Amino acid sequence: MTEIQKKELMKVATSVRMSIIEATHAAKSGHPGGSLSSADMATYLYFSRMNIDPENPKDPNRDRFVLSKGHAAPLLYSVLAHRGFFPTEELLKLRKPGSFLQGHPDMKHTPGVDMSTGSLGQGISAACGMALAAKLDNKDYHVYTILGDGESEEGQVWEAAMFAAAKNLDNLTVIVDWNNLQIDGTIEEVNSPLPFDKKFEAFNFNVVVIDGHNFDEIEKAIEIADNTKGRPTAIIMKTVKGKGVSFMENQINWHGSAPNDEQCEMALAELRATLESL
Amino acid sequence: MSDVIKVATRDSYGKALVELADAGKDFVVVDADLAAATKTGTFKKAYPDKFIDIGIAEQNMIGIAAGIASTGKPVFASSFAMFAAGRAFEQIRNSVGYPHLNVKVCATHAGISVGEDGATHQCNEDIALMRVIPGMTVINPADDTETKQAIKAAFEIDGPVYVRLGRLAVPVIFDENYKFEIGKGVELVSGNDVTIVATGLMVHEALAAAETLKSEGISARVINIATIKPLDEEIIIKAAKETGAIVVCEEHSVIGGLGSAVADTVSANCPVPVIKVGVEDVFGKSGPAAQLLDIFGLRAENIVEKVKLAISKK
Repeated sequence: MTEIQKKELMKVATSVRMSIIEATHAAKSGHPGGSLSSADMATYLYFSRMNIDPENPKDPNRDRFVLSKGHAAPLLYSVLAHRGFFPTEELLKLRKPGSFLQGHPDMKHTPGVDMSTGSLGQGISAACGMALAAKLDNKDYHVYTILGDGESEEGQVWEAAMFAAAKNLDNLTVIVDWNNLQIDGTIEEVNSPLPFDKKFEAFNFNVVVIDGHNFDEIEKAIEIADNTKGRPTAIIMKTVKGKGVSFMENQINWHGSAPNDEQCEMALAELRATLESL
Repeated sequence: MSDVIKVATRDSYGKALVELADAGKDFVVVDADLAAATKTGTFKKAYPDKFIDIGIAEQNMIGIAAGIASTGKPVFASSFAMFAAGRAFEQIRNSVGYPHLNVKVCATHAGISVGEDGATHQCNEDIALMRVIPGMTVINPADDTETKQAIKAAFEIDGPVYVRLGRLAVPVIFDENYKFEIGKGVELVSGNDVTIVATGLMVHEALAAAETLKSEGISARVINIATIKPLDEEIIIKAAKETGAIVVCEEHSVIGGLGSAVADTVSANCPVPVIKVGVEDVFGKSGPAAQLLDIFGLRAENIVEKVKLAISKK
């Protein structure tokens, strides 16, 4: 990745973050914290890696993305809108009656959403099913799924992990957003799912641990994942919940609450300054 | 009625899967380490490349089925009713029902006729659980003939279907001229004094009950409802209007099953007495299936008794 490409991605990710703030502010609810922590990875996948076409969102040969941590829907919608799947103005209708932007992703009504998710633990299984379907149909598409760190407390996650490795799903990449916070506290305080790397290794995954806000590391990890044969890859991505908005960073109360008018302005001013500095 | 041939609907299911694939239909079958019991093993033997064993992980199985179906390929997913409709309820609701994916959950070992395995494995709640999911089609076929047709019909429709199948060999009631259609009830016996609505293995008992009642001068109409959802409301309302009393028979809890569905329809359209023959609000228990049907009151004689009660309330 050239410095220019990297800067371009950082700009897009910042715009995506601004949209997350604007959308949750307009909705007066939603999950900004975990949307902001996964923003760099999702931006990289949709703008630099995945074989997708906003004009043909149902292309059977496309790469798939499953947001297993479905509450980060504002992130997915923002990335999809900026990538051209639908107008960015739609983002302001998030969670409103009549909008196709439901509180959690709805594959039936939102262009570009590959799987309905929101009930934790279920997205990763669907991602396994998609990866398996590619093998059955001799297609070479790749499936990426972002899992919450707290989400990995769901038993179904490990049923899916066991299956993915047992069936040699090397076209599946599981990305863990390790922002360390869940609703009731830090993940260690609540019911520690750590260590992620050793767990996924024990489940026969290829494991890469990275800084989830460093595009060089993100790209390297995805390249390793895409080129690993015979087994799936888990990218354990260390992130900051609320990343990019200083007063939201590492603050658990921003898991599931929206910024008010003043907070929205503050956040946007900060992100605008970031954008201008790039 | 002749009881000579008995076939478990799970066996009919396994054979129907093979027949579908033989006919060139493209689909995948997934199971959770119960292929030998659910009879998806019959399919596995014939089409090993289209069968995936998920292992003992029903929640993951439903999620994987949803993922495969999202790519356009229909999936049959099987386990015991308890672990499919029960354990994986929320996966069926959120990963299959909500996105209306083409997953056919074909669950065997439903009801108390599981027998010796006892209460933990006897699912008397699955119809209630599945019919409450928006857009879910729920089918409980009565015999071998109807099961084979139901499996093929389930494949042909776009969207989620739950098919309830049994472990116990049950009499083959219908010949090759029988025609199953999703959403259509079938009047098997005409009658004017009362209507017996039955589903699954209770259809056979209902027919026997009608014979007994006939000998006692009571003219009982018998309707087979294989598709519990969408319910054939027309045939139910007509029966309520013409016979004035209904007895609903199912090998399922009296709460939330076909009896409740029929009662909803009747109370809203043509209120008449609706009496249920089913498993009362209790857990099952171990024992030979045939004895359990006696113990839990799921026999023709129990239907006859409830029919008389229903008529007395007219």
